[in-house]
Amino acid sequence: MISHLRSLWLVFKHMFHKRETVQYPEEKPYLPPRWRGRIVLTRDPDGMERCVACYLCAAACPVDCISLQATEDENGRRYPEFFRINFSRCIFCGYCEDACPTYAIQLIPDFEMAEYDRQNLVYEKEHLLISGQGKYHGYNFYRVAGVDAGVKAKGAGEKEREPVDVRKLLP
Amino acid sequence: MSETWIHIIMVVLILLVLLTIAAGLIYVERRMLAVWQDRYGPNRTGPFGLLQVLADMVKIFFKEDWIPPFADKKVFIIAPTIVMMAVLMSFAVIPFTPHIGVVDLNIGVLFFLAMSSMGAYSVVLAGWSSNNKYSLLGGIRGSAQMISYEVFMGLSLMGVVILAGSFNLRDIVEAQRKIWFFIPQIVGFIIFFLAGLAETHRLPFDIPEAESELIAGYHSEYSGMKFGMFFVGEYLGITLISALVTTLYFGGWLGPHFLPPIVWFLIKMFAFILLFILIRATLPRPRYDQLMSLGWKVLLPLALLNLLVTGAVVLYWHL
Repeated sequence: MISHLRSLWLVFKHMFHKRETVQYPEEKPYLPPRWRGRIVLTRDPDGMERCVACYLCAAACPVDCISLQATEDENGRRYPEFFRINFSRCIFCGYCEDACPTYAIQLIPDFEMAEYDRQNLVYEKEHLLISGQGKYHGYNFYRVAGVDAGVKAKGAGEKEREPVDVRKLLP
Repeated sequence: MSETWIHIIMVVLILLVLLTIAAGLIYVERRMLAVWQDRYGPNRTGPFGLLQVLADMVKIFFKEDWIPPFADKKVFIIAPTIVMMAVLMSFAVIPFTPHIGVVDLNIGVLFFLAMSSMGAYSVVLAGWSSNNKYSLLGGIRGSAQMISYEVFMGLSLMGVVILAGSFNLRDIVEAQRKIWFFIPQIVGFIIFFLAGLAETHRLPFDIPEAESELIAGYHSEYSGMKFGMFFVGEYLGITLISALVTTLYFGGWLGPHFLPPIVWFLIKMFAFILLFILIRATLPRPRYDQLMSLGWKVLLPLALLNLLVTGAVVLYWHL
């Protein structure tokens, strides 16, 4: 009985406590920079698409919400012909970002994606691509890769040796 | 204007005010629960969220009012009306002020007890006619709870009746001019309040509708305005018990003269309504057998003892 009365009093005192509620649309919560929200496709410092259409993100996705088709341009540079993310399926786990070898796919701190029409949650490449580099600056896969895809000549990359001429005897 | 017309207008006015209070309690309860849980509660619709009541009403009126095909239709429809009628009838005997009140009945207390017994029918019939095992369990629990708590609800009131020497609620209020009855009848007051909680099956004694065990208990199958009737009935029940506690133990309309009697009555009544909500915000639901054993093994003997002692004291000192 005493403990009941005491709990009544303690609950009553909560009237004068600070509210826990965050009044959301007026009062935005702080989202850390690494918050896993909407997915974007970034570009390299030269303004080209980073994505090399390796399908690793689609393979890593636990809910199969990413679909893409690889193709090559005239220089042999791989890029996705289409890149589609169905955000009504996406669980924002960030596995695609982890899987991506070229920092192309990234999750950003934006979660306000409500739509009246479910179909509007299917984002195509033009919706996903942003003009900047996202969280990782200065990285360009084709500058460090061993292939020539019109960005640099073979062997001209950073930390890359000239290709070995297999027909010469000299080491 | 004749006497009859004045009476009719007063009845209609009291009915309107009561229904407004009952509907308003939806907002008050949600807001106060939120306040006691460090939240804000509904504050979007209108100033301070006051239009939430309107929104809730519109919503519940437009909901599909579905009668399950397996239900006993007539009883199913009549059950929610019983609770509202019983509670509203009880309000007839409550004297809000010396002049505002529906009827000046010389057996007011008994009338209230009779009407609150009627409330049990609504729970039982709703549970039975729904033809659903959870509803039936809720109905059975409700009937057991209400019948057993009625016993000492009546007994706890008898102390007041002995002190006032009348069953008339107006006389009981007038008898409290010297001292409010909750001081000599503190035990009776506590027992009556607990029994009132159980009668209105409010939390923590909402065992007939215990969500965690019985979905929604006796009103699992109800929807739309029939469900709304149960809820309005429950809020009216809270108002009724608060009004009765005010009348029987806290001097009804009596109070210092700087405020009119009706304001005193409403202040006291709302204080008890808030206490009801505070209790809901605080206490967890007891187990069913705990509720029954509390009733029969603790509260009933206490009520009898209280009655005995009050009677003895009144007889000995000729109060």
